[in-house]
Amino acid sequence: MTVTTPPVPVRTTRKLPKWAPVAVLAVSLLLALGIQFLGDGPTIAGVFFIGAILFAILMTVTSRVVEGERWAKDRLATTLVTFAFIIALIPLVSLLWIVVGDGLTRFSWDFLTTDMTGIFGQMVEGGAFHAIIGTVYVTGIASIIAIPLGIFTAIYLVEYGRGPLSRGITVLVDVMTGIPSIVAGLFAFTLFLVIFGPAYKAAVIGGVALAVLMTPVVVRSVEEMLRLVPNELREASYALGVPKWLTIVKVVLRTAIAGITTGVMIAIARVIGETAPLLLTVGIATGVNWDAFDGRIATLPVFVYRQYAQGGASADRAWAGALTLILIVMLLNLIARLVSRYFSPKGVR
Amino acid sequence: MKLAPSRRLAGISVISALALTLAACGGGDGDDTSTDGDTGGDNGGGATSDLSGSIAGSGASSQENAVGGWIAGFTEANPGVTVSYDPTGSGTGREQFLNGTVLFAGSDAAMSEEELASGVDRCYGGEVIELPLYVSPIAVIYNLPSVEAENINMDPATIAGVFAGEITNWNDPAIADANPDVELPDLPIVPVNRSDESGTTENFTEYLTATAADVWTHGPVETWPISGTQSGAQTSGMIDTVSGAEGTIGYADASRAGDLGTVAVGVGEEYVPFSPEAAAQILDVSPAAADATDLRLTIDLARDTTEAGTYPIVLVSYSIACSVYETEEDAANVAAYLTYVASPEGQDRAAQPDVAGSAPISDDLRERVTAALDQITVAG
Amino acid sequence: MAVAESPPSDPEAPPKVRVGRTPGRLGNRVFQGISTASGIFILIILAAVAIFLLVRAWPALIAAPSAFEDVGFMLGRDLWSWVWPLLFGTAISSVIALVVAVPLSIGIGLFISHYAPRRLAQGLGYLIDLLAAIPSVIFGLWGIQWLQPLVSPLFTWLSTNGATAWLEENVGPTIFTGYQAPARNILTAGLVLAIMILPIITATVREVFLQTPRLHEEASLALGATRWEMIRQAVLPFGRSGVISATMLGLGRALGETMAVLMVLSPGYLINFYLLQPGQHQSIAANIASHFPEASGLGVDALIASGLILFIMTFGVNLIARWIISRRAEFSGAN
Repeated sequence: MTVTTPPVPVRTTRKLPKWAPVAVLAVSLLLALGIQFLGDGPTIAGVFFIGAILFAILMTVTSRVVEGERWAKDRLATTLVTFAFIIALIPLVSLLWIVVGDGLTRFSWDFLTTDMTGIFGQMVEGGAFHAIIGTVYVTGIASIIAIPLGIFTAIYLVEYGRGPLSRGITVLVDVMTGIPSIVAGLFAFTLFLVIFGPAYKAAVIGGVALAVLMTPVVVRSVEEMLRLVPNELREASYALGVPKWLTIVKVVLRTAIAGITTGVMIAIARVIGETAPLLLTVGIATGVNWDAFDGRIATLPVFVYRQYAQGGASADRAWAGALTLILIVMLLNLIARLVSRYFSPKGVR
Repeated sequence: MKLAPSRRLAGISVISALALTLAACGGGDGDDTSTDGDTGGDNGGGATSDLSGSIAGSGASSQENAVGGWIAGFTEANPGVTVSYDPTGSGTGREQFLNGTVLFAGSDAAMSEEELASGVDRCYGGEVIELPLYVSPIAVIYNLPSVEAENINMDPATIAGVFAGEITNWNDPAIADANPDVELPDLPIVPVNRSDESGTTENFTEYLTATAADVWTHGPVETWPISGTQSGAQTSGMIDTVSGAEGTIGYADASRAGDLGTVAVGVGEEYVPFSPEAAAQILDVSPAAADATDLRLTIDLARDTTEAGTYPIVLVSYSIACSVYETEEDAANVAAYLTYVASPEGQDRAAQPDVAGSAPISDDLRERVTAALDQITVAG
Repeated sequence: MAVAESPPSDPEAPPKVRVGRTPGRLGNRVFQGISTASGIFILIILAAVAIFLLVRAWPALIAAPSAFEDVGFMLGRDLWSWVWPLLFGTAISSVIALVVAVPLSIGIGLFISHYAPRRLAQGLGYLIDLLAAIPSVIFGLWGIQWLQPLVSPLFTWLSTNGATAWLEENVGPTIFTGYQAPARNILTAGLVLAIMILPIITATVREVFLQTPRLHEEASLALGATRWEMIRQAVLPFGRSGVISATMLGLGRALGETMAVLMVLSPGYLINFYLLQPGQHQSIAANIASHFPEASGLGVDALIASGLILFIMTFGVNLIARWIISRRAEFSGAN
């Protein structure tokens, strides 16, 4: 990264001064404002939208005239890449803004530590404690199944797999990635229906549904990371007489640990907010259920959806629930980052 | 099976409560039994009952808010009983009730003959009980910020024309003539319907069919029959869609109308805005359904009534239970819970605007409901 | 596994030439066994899902067309004429989502990996990882509260500007014809899906771009390439398989996304390209979620049959993607 940042090739053409982009940006925004005045009058969104287009054009043209075609292209690419980032940031930031803004209305320590027992109608009390416990249970069960299964499958695919079985698994893991969450929910529902009868509802059903969704995501990200470990490292390890399995554990997994942790976090993040399969399998409860193997259990996404569907005072609880969910994920992410920083070999990026 | 002492005690008290109930039933005094059922084992002493255990229900999401209130009220009086209600939808509720997943169900529609037949097995040879304990007005809501009047008047034929797509502008003569004092904007009407299967849609189209069959030609349906319309899933989706643009009109549970305008519906010679009282009147003017029994108090709503002051667009949601349960605990708990729901206290609680805004049932109906609940017994 | 470690290598023992046994044979065998079993177990899970779907869908697949008349939500259609528009709606919403999200994701990935200052880049990557975790319900709420009012003026303009009006008059209806507020059409749904899959695609793409061999990049720059030329020569070819697999990951979520589509789209069962009209399209997953609670009997079977068809659709899409990736396998480090 740091090495690539200042490209300093020998140049025969002139280069624009450092302040040029800023100047062009200011001119573009002013022009945009002028254009808007000629039309219906300026709006903030309009000025930035037209200004951005003008900037892209003006900057490229200026660079083409002063610096030549190759550098003009480079500047255009820089502009577009930066715009892509800013455009993507707008919805993402607005989403966080709404969730935090609306979520804070009801979010408090009480919200985190009370459940919905005895809350009805327009009462503003109540909280998501039961749903937090439920989400931890369901996601935990899914992780216990999916993470080892996914990592070992990825190891098989990258390190051992040869021939039709490996190819088949690779293809079918991809197919599994595409399983719609609601179908996974139906599968888990019927599986337990057959084994335990129709009256059985428990967190473990939701866990199985989420595991079906989570496993292929874990396999895919871990596989991708393992494949990026250079073969030279493996060969060096074999050359030192280290057995293959130890090479995998101590060299390959160790090198890829940061990527694997990120992959697992993405997988957890992918399933922690799943609503449809949990609506089908674990339902909703108003109080805490400490037993993962018996009884319906509330989970945060279903809690959010049900509260939204009830409307009125409940809508505030929906937003607070969403905020809680995001905070939980943030915490998990932080832990993952610390883990990956602690474990990843020094000197690699 | 070994019972823990506390459960055995509870069982004994339940048996005595049931015995009392049966004795009172023999005496033919319905009101007294209801109090017995309500507080469970009075002989246990104290203000709270010693009923215990847990009962699960599922079904119509229309009842969700009311059930929340009922569970809270019931649990105050019976702290030993845990009641849960999963708002999965009427169809799933009936199915889960029939396959034994839940002990009671809420349903916007009465059971079909086929379902009733399979209900005999589920109820250990007993019968299915269906009670119309939740009556809720459906409001026709619109989003016209420029109109200051509290309600816009519409005849049944006008409402049908709007939703059938035949009346397309708010200043159409059909609407303007009924509202001489309201200045209606020149704005296209955007009819909004529910996109999912819904008891609200069914009741609403039943109303349109009963009152304006020549304009609304699609009959009573659960799924909206016209394509290319704006729609939303669940009541929240409906409210969001109607709130999302000017000129929209939709139908939703009246308690969720909020700031949106509501239509005063043409009944006979006058226009009636929704209110719990006006909605409750329709039960009194409606006959029982053809296949109703003492246990199944199903109603054939007279939606085309011309009775003054009656609001005809209502949703009636049934509470479904068994006349026979496997254990004393289940039987006593379900009977006690539903008795509470039917009691004046329970009905008043659901009628609160900040709970569910439903229409309380009449005393006459309550008497028949309690009589039906008294039939709940234990298998074997 | 600790047991398996002891016989071959004792770090304290003096090094000696070993004869006969390969080091770590038992460990290797156990480890390979666990790994292979995991792979096979995944196949079993997948087979179970497929078999279950087929078994539950079978009654609908073999039922006579007339049998579906009793199923309310099918509006009198038979299975195939009912599923076909849903399939179309699923495809069109996912295509819109990918068309919007993939270029943006590549841009963001490049920005974070090669343009932004390193300190800033980490924080930005963190932010986007977080957004991958926002539940779809929240995206639905956001779509209703924030996106629909925002895009409504834009859609009105698209639908009523001079060019569209001219085309309508002289050629016929365009894809922008007939916008009706609120913006609950397939384009809005596609945009919401695009935002939803953006963090998922970006997270993988960024990681892959960061893994570009430093030597390739430096070689390119040393030859006098501009930053953009370096990216085209070194980063993009290296990252191509990663981009494709990230796209498939995003497509998987877009195809199967339920709640957000359910909440922001006014569904319909037609086949056309009127992107701005309400009540024209519906995705299979949202349709299942919408009708499943009230469905019974043959209706349940029909819904599961539509789930099976969605399943087959993803199967096909992923086979094609896999084929594309296999042609690029030379960029993997471990071949």
